[in-house]
Amino acid sequence: MTNTIGDVEEANVILLTGSNTTENHPVLSAFVKRAVKFKGAKLILVDPRRIKMADFADIWLRQNLGTDVAWINGMMHVIIKEELYDRTFVENRTTGFEELRKVAEKYTPEYVESITGTPANDLIDAARLYAGAKAGAILYCMGITQHTTGTDNVKSLANLAMLCGNLGIRGGGVNPLRGQNNVQGACDMGGLPDVFSGYQKVIDLGTRKKMEDAWGVTGLPDKPGLKVTEMIPKAHDKTLKALYIVGENPLVSDPDLNHAEKSIKNLDFLVVQDIFMTETAQLADVVLPSACFAEKEGTFSNTERRVQRVRRAVDPPGDSKDDWKITCEIASRMGFPMSYESSRAIMEEISKVTPSYAGISYDRLEEEGIHWPCPTPDHPGTPVLHTQAFPIGKGVFHAIEYIPPAEQTDDNYPLYLTTGRIIYHYHTGTMTMKSEGLNERAPENFVEISPADARKYGFDNGTMAKIASRRGDITAKIRISPAAVRGTVFIPFHFAQSAANKLTNAALDPISKIPEYKVCAVKLSKAA
Amino acid sequence: MAEQQNKITINGHDFIFEPDETILSVAQRNSIDIPTLCYLKRTIPTGACRICVVEVKGARSLLPACSTPASNNMVVHTESAPVIEARRLIIQLLLSSGNHNCAIRGSDGKDWTQFQLDVQKDDGSGELCPVWGDCRLQDLAYKYQVNGDKFPSTGIRYPMESANPFIIRDFSRCILCGRCVQACNEVQVNNAINIGYRGASTKIIAAGDRPLKDSDCVFCGECVQACPVGALVEKESRYKVRHWKTDKIQTTCSYCGVGCQLYLHVQDNKVVKVTGVDDVPPNFGSLCVKGRFGYNFINSSERLTDPLIKENGSFRKATWDEALSLVAGKLGKIKEEHGPDSIGVLTSARITNEENYIVQKFTRAALKTNNIDHCARL
Repeated sequence: MTNTIGDVEEANVILLTGSNTTENHPVLSAFVKRAVKFKGAKLILVDPRRIKMADFADIWLRQNLGTDVAWINGMMHVIIKEELYDRTFVENRTTGFEELRKVAEKYTPEYVESITGTPANDLIDAARLYAGAKAGAILYCMGITQHTTGTDNVKSLANLAMLCGNLGIRGGGVNPLRGQNNVQGACDMGGLPDVFSGYQKVIDLGTRKKMEDAWGVTGLPDKPGLKVTEMIPKAHDKTLKALYIVGENPLVSDPDLNHAEKSIKNLDFLVVQDIFMTETAQLADVVLPSACFAEKEGTFSNTERRVQRVRRAVDPPGDSKDDWKITCEIASRMGFPMSYESSRAIMEEISKVTPSYAGISYDRLEEEGIHWPCPTPDHPGTPVLHTQAFPIGKGVFHAIEYIPPAEQTDDNYPLYLTTGRIIYHYHTGTMTMKSEGLNERAPENFVEISPADARKYGFDNGTMAKIASRRGDITAKIRISPAAVRGTVFIPFHFAQSAANKLTNAALDPISKIPEYKVCAVKLSKAA
Repeated sequence: MAEQQNKITINGHDFIFEPDETILSVAQRNSIDIPTLCYLKRTIPTGACRICVVEVKGARSLLPACSTPASNNMVVHTESAPVIEARRLIIQLLLSSGNHNCAIRGSDGKDWTQFQLDVQKDDGSGELCPVWGDCRLQDLAYKYQVNGDKFPSTGIRYPMESANPFIIRDFSRCILCGRCVQACNEVQVNNAINIGYRGASTKIIAAGDRPLKDSDCVFCGECVQACPVGALVEKESRYKVRHWKTDKIQTTCSYCGVGCQLYLHVQDNKVVKVTGVDDVPPNFGSLCVKGRFGYNFINSSERLTDPLIKENGSFRKATWDEALSLVAGKLGKIKEEHGPDSIGVLTSARITNEENYIVQKFTRAALKTNNIDHCARL
């Protein structure tokens, strides 16, 4: 997030899109709801499902799946045409406005309606409302990113925010809601193929030299590595021979699971380090038991870049160990000695080699967390990014055209499927399905379908349906719901026994290599 | 001059107040203890319980500190004789409404026995009240040396509700302070519960007085955390967890990216309850159903406890030494035969920063490949 969670309550207008906030980020959703109910903020919701947040929205645009660039361009069309944009910001802090204007020109509200299905007048109202806000916050989640145009979608939202001068101010910003406790930290720490910690690029000679000196090593690899969605096909081709997987369960979370499973089985050697015998661990040659969050010291970085302490409350079970200790042991046995006295000592090394974490130490995190960038021990941290300038100087507008999703419905697969989470479970369910209470509330998979589609295909509530895509099929219980839009069904991806990701399309965004989980074509029939 | 315009005198000491501050707020900021029951931070004060009444010079009656704005040259006494008398009466009335006479029956053997027998009958447990020692009403009764004898008990009007996996609603212990209603409507804004019926029949109800499980409730448990007595209690830890036997460790939730600050309550080396940490960002005490109630996995019998090596298609237990040597040997051999880029590493959005740093350092410096990623995209 460019801004903080608390900042949401400072916004005059909140544009929420691709986030089923009350289910996936319930505590954060309360900030939005309070802003609307008690602080006079207006909420614009853009979502293909009638999610709970629709009850709080002043304007709800119900777009067709995968048409986000179109409605965002449409809003910018209106804002530019009616001269509602922030001239000072655009002139002083951005480049590329002319190109943006040219592309936005053709996205008239009527043209956008023909793509997105959202009424032209609603789009105009939304554009005027957002542009008129003193502080307008954009909140988004995987409904924006998990598309073959995910990168385009995010850049388009950034365009919209810059156009209206909504960056670098309290209550504004472009705010992705991170879905996992430490996905921010995994990125910050260099758990990515192209960067060391603090997003320092591996292709940069100076950076590599610095890390080589710090780590006492030579010959650090200079070419960016494979992304997860590229590793799986390489495993399938047998050019990737071994995988070391720490605390991930790709055999439920990956797209097109049948293919992913075949690929992983093709590996010569698979090591899985986890707290449970997951679907992925079942396939491993060696399984290493690790401690969970309640059993270790450390830090997580949350969605607002706040680095916060994790503390040991109980002993890890049996012989299980801290993940870092296990990895250090493997390194040392491979002839690269790694040993640390404690997680605190690791953080000391992190702060030495990572400019954005340079001022972070356990002592400073005792009471509450600190937002990075925090470059020095006396720096208070940075709750709001880009207040004076962007890291690259001026913000660049990206003129982007709408591209339809990779897979379309046809006579054989006439319905769209979109996937996501539900409030009572988390990701692949490894943790939440150990709770009887959570299982009682959400015991099994379901397919959410609109009343009209249920009638059309002859389904009653609670009957079993077979859902098939070009890649596989599963069965799930029919749940008729007004939340569903006609022509689109929703299935949560938590349930391994009936995994939605057997259906999803592994088509990737060309830049982020994120799979298009949010759109694929399926057909429904009565389960045998 | 500006200072003089914002001056309030509490218990003989002068304080400066900010515009829109209440008497309670000024007192709390200056470490003056005014007892509260219904007052819930971050919500609009209702003044419902009146336990926070104070004496204000010139006022006709005692005023609730939580909802009375501080004003210039106001002179306040927070523990004067009339104040104490009023608070004692309020506590006596609260103690007579339902099932509350725990704090003060210790010396009265006969009644205490009868009380416990009643508890046993109503709660299905022979134990002390589930929040004994962790109850605001009990604390106040003790502080003001009040017992439940003064007024006859009103009896128990509504049966207990336990038809959901997470929360027990024991109406016999509800003092109708309304904190749960505010927590639900003003903090979490789930709008699931409200005050229903009237007068002596007043009850906190969900969705036309249906069980929570059939309402809009999403079991965030904000109401449980807000309940100052034993009316709303976590089902799983009820009667099993005693606060004086537990340690509270502050940490960060391990579910979504909000990073809520929570307390793990530990008893006998087990996490037995979770509560939100008040007053600290980002969540200021709020949690969701997973953060508050989804902790069972920690102590699950299905946790992995030993390194495992697969032989002939099935796993066998191994020592750390054996497993680590096998992993290091195999990865070393593959690296040598097929090159570093034939190995990939998936680090995790679930583990700590320190661990992610170590995994990428291992990948780059020991394996000599940049094939490292995690599930940010998935």
